[in-house]
Amino acid sequence: MSIPVLKFDAVIVGAGGAGLRSAIQLSEAGLKTAVLSKVFPTRSHTVAAQGGVAASLGNSEEDHWTWHMYDTVKGSDWLGDQDAIEFMCKKANEVVVELEHYGMPFDRTDDGKIYQRPFGGHMSNFGEKPVRRSCAAADRTGHAMLHAMYQRNVKANTQFFVEWMALDLIRDEEGHVLGVTAMEMETGQVVIFHARATIFATGGAGRIFYSSTNAFINTGDGLGMAARAGIPLEDMEFWQFHPTGVAGAGVLITEGVRGEGGILRNSSKERFMERYAPNAKDLASRDVVSRAMATEIKEGRGCGVNKDYVLLDITHLDPATIMKRLPGIHEIGLQFAGVDCLKEPLPVVPTCHYQMGGIPTHYSGRVVMPQGGDMNAVVPGFYAGGECACASVHGANRLGTNSLLDLLVFGKSAGDSAVEDLKAGRAHRELPKDVADKTLARISALDNRKGGANVHETRLAMQRTMQDHAGVFRFGDMLKQGVEKILEVEKAARQLEIKDKSQAWNTARTEALEMENLIEVAKATMISAEARKESRGAHVRDDAPDSAEFPNGRNDKEWLKHTLFSPVDNSISYKPVNMQPLTVEAVALKTRSY
Amino acid sequence: MERKDYERLRWRCIRRALLELDITLTRFLDNGFDKLNDEEQQAFVELADMEDYDLWDLINGKAEIDDPRLAPVVALLRKS
Repeated sequence: MSIPVLKFDAVIVGAGGAGLRSAIQLSEAGLKTAVLSKVFPTRSHTVAAQGGVAASLGNSEEDHWTWHMYDTVKGSDWLGDQDAIEFMCKKANEVVVELEHYGMPFDRTDDGKIYQRPFGGHMSNFGEKPVRRSCAAADRTGHAMLHAMYQRNVKANTQFFVEWMALDLIRDEEGHVLGVTAMEMETGQVVIFHARATIFATGGAGRIFYSSTNAFINTGDGLGMAARAGIPLEDMEFWQFHPTGVAGAGVLITEGVRGEGGILRNSSKERFMERYAPNAKDLASRDVVSRAMATEIKEGRGCGVNKDYVLLDITHLDPATIMKRLPGIHEIGLQFAGVDCLKEPLPVVPTCHYQMGGIPTHYSGRVVMPQGGDMNAVVPGFYAGGECACASVHGANRLGTNSLLDLLVFGKSAGDSAVEDLKAGRAHRELPKDVADKTLARISALDNRKGGANVHETRLAMQRTMQDHAGVFRFGDMLKQGVEKILEVEKAARQLEIKDKSQAWNTARTEALEMENLIEVAKATMISAEARKESRGAHVRDDAPDSAEFPNGRNDKEWLKHTLFSPVDNSISYKPVNMQPLTVEAVALKTRSY
Repeated sequence: MERKDYERLRWRCIRRALLELDITLTRFLDNGFDKLNDEEQQAFVELADMEDYDLWDLINGKAEIDDPRLAPVVALLRKS
């Protein structure tokens, strides 16, 4: 079967912040650049980022990139690579000012500078006191950013392939990446994008969890494609959770609800936080509250048929206060929980928000993997940036507003590296003879299989397994069972069946293809989490508690290392954390406390 | 509505930038859309074409719309 081949200098998969930022570098360098996206670019999930982007501009008060670097290393619980973190924090001012020049409508100070607001974890003078470092465009920073960068790309003649889904990475026998196979949704046609440089900017995979703030589009397509091409995934055990998402929906309930007097209750209506944090109670820190909620659920005191959520009660508060101080909460309750929160408590559960791990990259945006004794050998022709990549700047937990910074800095850096490599002479390499065979076999299997697994049920089984066994607070026995369970779900995910066999706009097929990506991420997460026998950052285990020897349960002697999950044989290996910044002194190890 | 047009619309409803819209629009497609007449269905297509925050503000009541063709469908979305 002959498959059309489209030849480009560069193909970028994903048109969120990282993809658009990369594309600007490539197109403005005069390279023929294609950007593939499942949706129109300004409908990418970057839109949902409201908080802002961190940069030590010092517009409101004194700030310095070394202070930002310190906060980022500390936030990462020392698992972030300090060379990459220095690179990012130092570049922050440059990428923010560039964005301003692209037309980004940042909030302004009275004298016309970019206004900066405070944000949790942003401190001056190496953790001394809060500093205003977050640059925002009202509460629509991500949205404004995408618009500015999309327009810049239109000007630079980037070619967009909208409503196309990339399916598989093309690698030759020597391991070079030569592009992707992709499907046009409108026709069902599979096409080969043959490129000199391939850049992944596919975002996160938060939909592996039952409760997730991520939009449905975050199905980890880039990670799935990388895994199928034999590229390991790094630090996949680290996921940031928010304590209160609406159970069953994932929509966030602001922490301000507890601030205004909201009380968490279990199935016997007990105010359980009194047991876990006798003084702070429901106002305890995010970590403490999340762990308490997870423990209540694990020990059978959850609510509902599946006993899988707890209740957030504000019925004792004055309705007028709720409507005034917590605008939107009443609507969220009605829309997503079917609950009038003035009369009944809201069902809530710790909810997945951000993926710290991903495709291993150098801070230049080049994808790296172990090869012949080199733990960081470059995969020629392959680059990644944004949430799908692991540079690693977020380590075990991400500092607030560093997600938008990550996609700007590493999107740009991946683009720059690709330009550099192409200008140095990297040519189109010959496509392997079996270039699209695996892709076509996957599609054909979906089109022809009878008696296979239902996509919706398989996804639900995966999400429940991840939520119950690898959630915000983890238990050794549950993780062990979780590995067995997720491998069972994987068997089903390899045997999906769809009823709709149409070529054009077959959303059932697209969702099945997404499911094949999600399961790769879920498996990597569960196995990596089971293997890491310490608590660090967002990976917190019941059997690695706080102790004098291991404060916060963190064990630097054994576990100050990155996990590499190999999708080839489900094995784990480790590589050292880079503790050596590029030009400044290292941020020395210490206990993380706020 | 022809299958192809419906499936295109479906994709544009189940893959939004905001989770809130994914949930609301998917639910509406599954439970309310086929009860709409042709004109209302066309109005829904137009609404689904809006920017995410603009549409979400309409649905959660932060914004109002006075277009007589679109307003009744917004009212249904608010109740869905």
